[in-house]
Amino acid sequence: MGLMDRIPAYVDRLPGGSVVMAPVDWAINEVQASSMWYMLFGLACCAIELMATGAARYDFDRLGMIFRATPRQSDLMIVAGTLTLKMAPRVKLLHEQMAEPRYVIAMGGCTTYGGPFYHDGYSVLKGVDKIIPVDVYIAGCPPRPEALINGCLAMQEKIRRNKLGQPRGPAIHIPPTAGRFSIPTGTAETDRNPQIPG
Amino acid sequence: MSPDEFLPILQARFPEVEFRLDPLNPQALKMSASGVPEVFSWLRDAPEAAMEYLEFSTAVDHPPDCLCMVYYLYSYTHRHRLALKVDLPRQAPTVPTLSHLWENADWNEREIYDLFGVFFSGHPDLRRLMMPEDWEGHPLRKDYSHPNLTPRPD
Repeated sequence: MGLMDRIPAYVDRLPGGSVVMAPVDWAINEVQASSMWYMLFGLACCAIELMATGAARYDFDRLGMIFRATPRQSDLMIVAGTLTLKMAPRVKLLHEQMAEPRYVIAMGGCTTYGGPFYHDGYSVLKGVDKIIPVDVYIAGCPPRPEALINGCLAMQEKIRRNKLGQPRGPAIHIPPTAGRFSIPTGTAETDRNPQIPG
Repeated sequence: MSPDEFLPILQARFPEVEFRLDPLNPQALKMSASGVPEVFSWLRDAPEAAMEYLEFSTAVDHPPDCLCMVYYLYSYTHRHRLALKVDLPRQAPTVPTLSHLWENADWNEREIYDLFGVFFSGHPDLRRLMMPEDWEGHPLRKDYSHPNLTPRPD
């Protein structure tokens, strides 16, 4: 966050500085996590599930997630669908146009590792993390709206653990089966080498 | 009219063009590339044929030396259809465009040029349609390979 990241370096030196920083972190994280506005774009069939999640039955709005039709107002990019090599530079440009702090969810197999196009596919980018950093990976082809909501809850949980001036936590993998996500600790072997399905 | 009824009419009308029935497909006629686009122009305008609609055109790659253009024509007037196949040399496949006869041939031919590398002489705007403009090679050729392409393990 640029200038904000330098604050702990000064405040922590003061007596009782960390006591001041904890509520500041809490307030900043809570505000960010409670209003993750996502960019309105979809690339393939995952976008249908994204639309279903945004519609009345699943009601994305209750998480504080409202779509924005411009990257300038977006905090979160949900890369929903097959990213072809032709589209990849455009998505990278959109990500660069978003203001910090910006977060990325890779939705579905295609954006995680190439999905069904991994073998014998010449025109598909094999993983959106090759061009932009990813915070949460959601398995599924396509993931159901429940899985997407699970991923967004994991995203919020990850944001709540942010600390000013410190790097963001490791990426979270949402498994294909239903069940609660686990926040990686950064110590277990599975955190560093997540099993890619398929 | 069926293809075997079209055959004598076309042979009488265009003696310099070679026609024969396709042994693989009873709905299709094979013809030599010298008949494009005159045969198609006649098929569209002649009242007994009246092929107003080019349903679809595509190509089939037959390595090592043949690349086959396939045209599907349909007549709303007579409710009959005809498929025409044109064999081209695979090393330098060139065939005259049909985009001045049917509007939809324009993008069809751009797609075939993009994916198969068939060059359509006389086409007004022969650019790639699907792949990025700086892409090298033609992906639907059987011998195509690309650094991004991981073969499926057996």
